[in-house]
Amino acid sequence: MSNAPLVRVIGASKDYRRGSETVHVLDHLSLEVPAGDFLALMGPSGSGKTTLLNMIGGLDRPSQGSVEVAGQRLEQLSDGKLARWRADNVGFVFQMYNLLPVLSAAGNVELPLLLTRLGSADRAKRTAAALALVGLSDRAKHKPRELSGGQEQRVGIARAIVGDPRILLCDEPTGDLDRKAGDEILDLLTALNQKHGKTIVMVTHDPRAAAHAKHILYLDKGSLTSEAA
Amino acid sequence: MFRFLPLLWANLWRRRLRTVFTLLSILVAFLLFGLLEALRFAFFGGVEAASDDRLMTQHRMTIVRDLPGGYLGKVRAVPGVKFVSPQVWFGGWYQDEHKPLQVIAVEPEAFIDVYPEIRITEVEKRAWFIDRAGVIVGKDIAAQYGWHVGDHIPLQQNIPYKANGNTWDVNIRGIFDRPNGNNNGVFMQYKYLDESRQFGRGRVGWMVSRLENPADLPRIARQIDTMFENSPDETKSGSEKTWVGDFAKQVGNIGLILSAVAFAVFFTMLLVTGNTMAQAVRERTSEIGVLKTLGFSHAAVTWLVLIESLLLTLTGGAAGLGLAWLLTRGMQPFVATLLPLFKLPGHALLLGLVLTVLLGLAAGALPAARAMRLGVVQALRGG
Repeated sequence: MSNAPLVRVIGASKDYRRGSETVHVLDHLSLEVPAGDFLALMGPSGSGKTTLLNMIGGLDRPSQGSVEVAGQRLEQLSDGKLARWRADNVGFVFQMYNLLPVLSAAGNVELPLLLTRLGSADRAKRTAAALALVGLSDRAKHKPRELSGGQEQRVGIARAIVGDPRILLCDEPTGDLDRKAGDEILDLLTALNQKHGKTIVMVTHDPRAAAHAKHILYLDKGSLTSEAA
Repeated sequence: MFRFLPLLWANLWRRRLRTVFTLLSILVAFLLFGLLEALRFAFFGGVEAASDDRLMTQHRMTIVRDLPGGYLGKVRAVPGVKFVSPQVWFGGWYQDEHKPLQVIAVEPEAFIDVYPEIRITEVEKRAWFIDRAGVIVGKDIAAQYGWHVGDHIPLQQNIPYKANGNTWDVNIRGIFDRPNGNNNGVFMQYKYLDESRQFGRGRVGWMVSRLENPADLPRIARQIDTMFENSPDETKSGSEKTWVGDFAKQVGNIGLILSAVAFAVFFTMLLVTGNTMAQAVRERTSEIGVLKTLGFSHAAVTWLVLIESLLLTLTGGAAGLGLAWLLTRGMQPFVATLLPLFKLPGHALLLGLVLTVLLGLAAGALPAARAMRLGVVQALRGG
């Protein structure tokens, strides 16, 4: 497995205007994430963890500096190209699962594939494989409201990996789950990292969750404060 | 595009009750549109079907007053007039007094010459020409009463034309088709009526002339009316289009009334559908954020909202237009006498479908623009 940086954040700052006040969320932050890494980002609320994650995922743009993922400088892409790039390279896992309630588990997992050229048979095959990987083959036709929180998050992970992305970005993936379900999700993420070589960046408040990562970075007031292996 | 249909359809039915009410509103609006268009066609379809080269001549006072039969020869002698058909209103009914028929007495050969668009077989035409009690009937009225060529039917008449009863036995010699025109008429022989009636003998109700050149119509109309000026029976001549149009206008400015009603209905529908779509997009803000996160572009999300709006209006609109088509077909036999052209014409159906598309696009435009403008992070936070 190559250790070349998959993610390179160089001097990234992010400022927001709140009325007449300017809020500095990230302050000239630099960071490298090697391919195959499992990185946990920790820090207090408002420290900039999610903003950093959003920048790496091409959801947000830095006010200054640059973000490079898989050799692509994201700030150079137009909105349309950035959307296409996200579809091809990134899988997102949200704290609140963010499944579409009107679709079945399989329908939710299939969503990213609708943007590809795959035919319906191929899409169905890959959807089934993703659901099998997260252990939910028997829940494919269930709507999100018919699933437990842990199962919903598994569907969210299946949706994130179905397109075989270069990197998985997880924002508090266990934040809304009980301990047992949270552990199962973390075991799943660990397996995806170790067995399938997925690069993972995870934002978490929970030290137990962070302990599953290979590296932990701490953020405070928009800057990296320390690193633990 | 089709791969997104399950998502669009599922989104449409997210709030079943709201969608059902909106669909019903659209259905009713397009049902009303269909019925109004059928009514418009009933009044003005005749104008569209009227020929440019036909000239109508009636009594100057009113069409109810007849004209001397001797006028026919004089009009036929006017340069530029090819054929002249005398016509007399007979009316009458068959079996049910409350369902009057449109029976008109004509000279068969002249009638066929003046109305070349009428489709009837040569054999049936000849059979009609030589049978004094023969009639030809429109295909719609024939279908309504189950008439066939060769049938012998008694027509009843309230006007006491005959001394010996009001039953007129006629033989169906042909069934005609007048494309895009009135196919509810019954045409009997003028001679059959004239020889049997007690009064008005030798007179005609009005005359229809076919001209060699439509451009001569104003001149010939003036010439005919001048010819009979200062006589006891002065005439008023004009194009068939004007004549049919004037007849419709006697009821009032139907076109304006129908347009005003249709406009009010569609404006209301625009607000109803627009509101439904706006609510649908607003309550789905974070889901739009998820779609954008997964790689759906701003344009793709915009199209999804617009197509969802189109699905809504097309489903309701097509159902409404279909129902209007069925209803007008079902009502046709009952209103055929008063409104022989009461039907939903193809061009009105097409216009209805175009309107469903326009309504869908207009109703979805603002919500789609909002969905497009939403930033991913902002949308994920719920707007």
